[in-house]
Amino acid sequence: MAEVPRAVAHHFDDFAQQHEASTLGMWAFLVTEIMFFGGMFLGYLIYRGSYPGAFAEASNHMDIILGTINTAVLIASSLTVVLSVHAAHEDKQKALLIFLALTVFLGLVFLGIKFTEYAHKFDEQLFPGMNFRYDGENPRHAAIFFSFYFAMTGLHALHMVIGIGIFLVLMVSAWRGRYSKHYFTPVEMSGLYWHFVDVVWIFLFPLFYLLGRHS
Amino acid sequence: MISIKGYLAVFVALLALTALTTGVAFIDLGGIGNVAVALTIAVIKAVLVTLYFMHLRYSSRLTMVFAAAGIFWLGIMIALTLSDYLSRDWVSRVEAVVN
Amino acid sequence: MKAEKLDYPTEPRRHYLNADYGVMSWLFTVDHKRIALLYLGTITVMFFIGGAAAVLFRLELATPQGDVVISETYNKLFSAHGIIMVFFFLIPSIPATLGNFLVPMMIGARDLAFPRLNLLSWYLLVIGAVFALGAVLAGGVDTGWTFYTPYSSVYSNTFVVVTIIGVFLAGFSSILTGLNFIVTIHTMRAPGLTWFRLPLFIWAHYATSMINLLGTPVVAITLGLVVLEGVFGLGIFNPTLGGDPVLFQHLFWFYSHPAVYIMVLPSMGVVSEVITCFSRKRIFSYRFVAFSSIAIAVLGFLVWGHHMFVSGQSLYASMIFSLLSMFVAIPSAVKVFNWTATLYGGSISYATPLLYGLGFIGLFTVGGLTGVLIASLGVNVHVHDTYFIVAHFHYIMVGGALMGYLGGLHYWWPKISGRIYPEGWAKFAALIIFVGFNLTFFPQFILGYLGMPRRYHVYPEEFQVLNVMSSAGASILGIGYIIPMIYLVWSMRYGKPAGANPWGSTGLEWQTPSPPPTYNFEKTPIITREVYDYRKQESHG
Repeated sequence: MAEVPRAVAHHFDDFAQQHEASTLGMWAFLVTEIMFFGGMFLGYLIYRGSYPGAFAEASNHMDIILGTINTAVLIASSLTVVLSVHAAHEDKQKALLIFLALTVFLGLVFLGIKFTEYAHKFDEQLFPGMNFRYDGENPRHAAIFFSFYFAMTGLHALHMVIGIGIFLVLMVSAWRGRYSKHYFTPVEMSGLYWHFVDVVWIFLFPLFYLLGRHS
Repeated sequence: MISIKGYLAVFVALLALTALTTGVAFIDLGGIGNVAVALTIAVIKAVLVTLYFMHLRYSSRLTMVFAAAGIFWLGIMIALTLSDYLSRDWVSRVEAVVN
Repeated sequence: MKAEKLDYPTEPRRHYLNADYGVMSWLFTVDHKRIALLYLGTITVMFFIGGAAAVLFRLELATPQGDVVISETYNKLFSAHGIIMVFFFLIPSIPATLGNFLVPMMIGARDLAFPRLNLLSWYLLVIGAVFALGAVLAGGVDTGWTFYTPYSSVYSNTFVVVTIIGVFLAGFSSILTGLNFIVTIHTMRAPGLTWFRLPLFIWAHYATSMINLLGTPVVAITLGLVVLEGVFGLGIFNPTLGGDPVLFQHLFWFYSHPAVYIMVLPSMGVVSEVITCFSRKRIFSYRFVAFSSIAIAVLGFLVWGHHMFVSGQSLYASMIFSLLSMFVAIPSAVKVFNWTATLYGGSISYATPLLYGLGFIGLFTVGGLTGVLIASLGVNVHVHDTYFIVAHFHYIMVGGALMGYLGGLHYWWPKISGRIYPEGWAKFAALIIFVGFNLTFFPQFILGYLGMPRRYHVYPEEFQVLNVMSSAGASILGIGYIIPMIYLVWSMRYGKPAGANPWGSTGLEWQTPSPPPTYNFEKTPIITREVYDYRKQESHG
């Protein structure tokens, strides 16, 4: 039985080496992303420790329903991602395309909800530096909460946009028949990126939405 | 590769944990309780995604070392910075005791 | 008729320099060796621009009065010098040039793991440089390379945002280079090349890449927050809005301290290569030297608070950071001891690369020991923000890292260019650089100890003599740097053609022709020998 030739770049010895390099490369990149978001998590932590009351009160201005829905949307999109990788692995071209498309769709839903929330915040005059007006006890400290909210969810949203772009490219490649059970590394690697962005949100959600609900 | 059933099981668990964390947020667990529970649930969700969706459980040891190193280094940054903020009070408290 | 075996090429051979012609073949190359040369050109240009800023402010400092530039301009000059030298010269220097060229060759690979990412890294550095230089031309920043808040985010009226964009891009460039190296070293070593047969240059670059990956993202997000604070008036680091400027310093130095190890570790890798080759000896205790690179990378992340002893940081945290800073000196000392022990009993030839290596050992030791001094809390309070600090880090960055870079450039020049540089001129330049360097920076230790603060364009009269010595030294140093520029470029056209291995080194990169073919090795080599196997080589005649 003839070996199906796999796509191996010229500088690699074989497919296994290329796959190992791709996997390590993506994980190394995700490590940099941990430190990138991590800096802001540290900042959030310091200020939460310094201004616990103001932060808890400010967090009650978040829309917990939209936040929870968005969390579920992202988790669902991670499911569609693993199902697309699974489809590629099983050489199921149609399923692959469908799950890639679903991932993009769910990503867009997430962004839609996010920007709706941003619009609400703007209307409620809770955007620091622009038109900030806060009726609580300590507006300056609440402003710091909102600064981190916009900075961190904004950076997260930027990563979502990039992720959606990547998955659109994957869709085009998949539609052209580029992936098979012999080669679907880009789908795998993009999946890792997408899951990472999901994990970041898994931490952002409680830190911004659930702080002060119990008081 | 994990079976579709396996992925769905993880998915359901993640949704359940999300509902749980939102629900528990409304219950007063005293002092540090709410934060501890919320972060614990978040860590469990993150671990599920990392091990099963990202296949870390089935990846090479080297990959696991990379992932662990990232978390560890974040920990270093947080721990040593906190060592400053948490101990700033100590000097004035020592002075208060001494005086 | 017996044909005499010539060790230089007698007919044109295809190699990486002539494999393809035209600007496009360079701008769109994915060959790691060409990318290394693209970087070489870029960082050389940046070095001389950063150096020009230094010429101007050393000119100002020759007199106690502010008579050459006004204080705002002076602030912009030292800021430009620091930003350009740190982010656009020292951080990329060895990894992007010698590292890019040699890492694949030393491990028997055809290229790095991600060749196109490598090219992207270069473009990111260039675009970043355009932003940074554009900012300088438009008027620059006066915040210092350290961008302390809230001055940088709120009060300075200079081009902070544009400069930060440039630094951010340069940082991203270095992250991708580090990522490429780590993956390459893990996955693309030739058969038989176990970890403990790797040249120490590779260990050094692995450790450097760890720092690039783990540290740079933090300074990237921190500077990003500075931009957000400046543009949107957020209160993250601004105390009048409830923010904490010390938090900026924590986040900034979390990267910027390990960054100094990014700058010096690759040089240490060069020194290991040069010491072994020119003493014809195995390195003394290979494993200790290899692990010391990793130890420096790891410990280097635990000491950043020693930049913040007078910032308002808690006394107890300062004590922890001070203690840890003492520890980080130990692996560096291990290297110095082992290099010295390697030289002892060796068959030494004083070629230019070795001269730079010896210079590194001496000057880095001075810089490192003064670092231990400054890590002590009591001393630090006295010398913080004085010229003592300036002298300390220049001994390491210039006396150490830059000398290692020049040594490496000379050592591998025959491999890179296929030509031998003129040894006489090279030795002369090395001497000028050594003399000029010490004349520039040793007086600064004294100035700092006597209390002259840094970042001031005027100073009390009693400091003038030492300042004049320093400025004089700087001129000599400048001349010293120009000389290699001239003869290295000259040698590319008129230098004697080099053979595959003019130094008789045991490294794998020397088993290829000079210059190497695009794909480095005709066949993937299989490694059976230990590294630095000089004794065996001698016995085969």
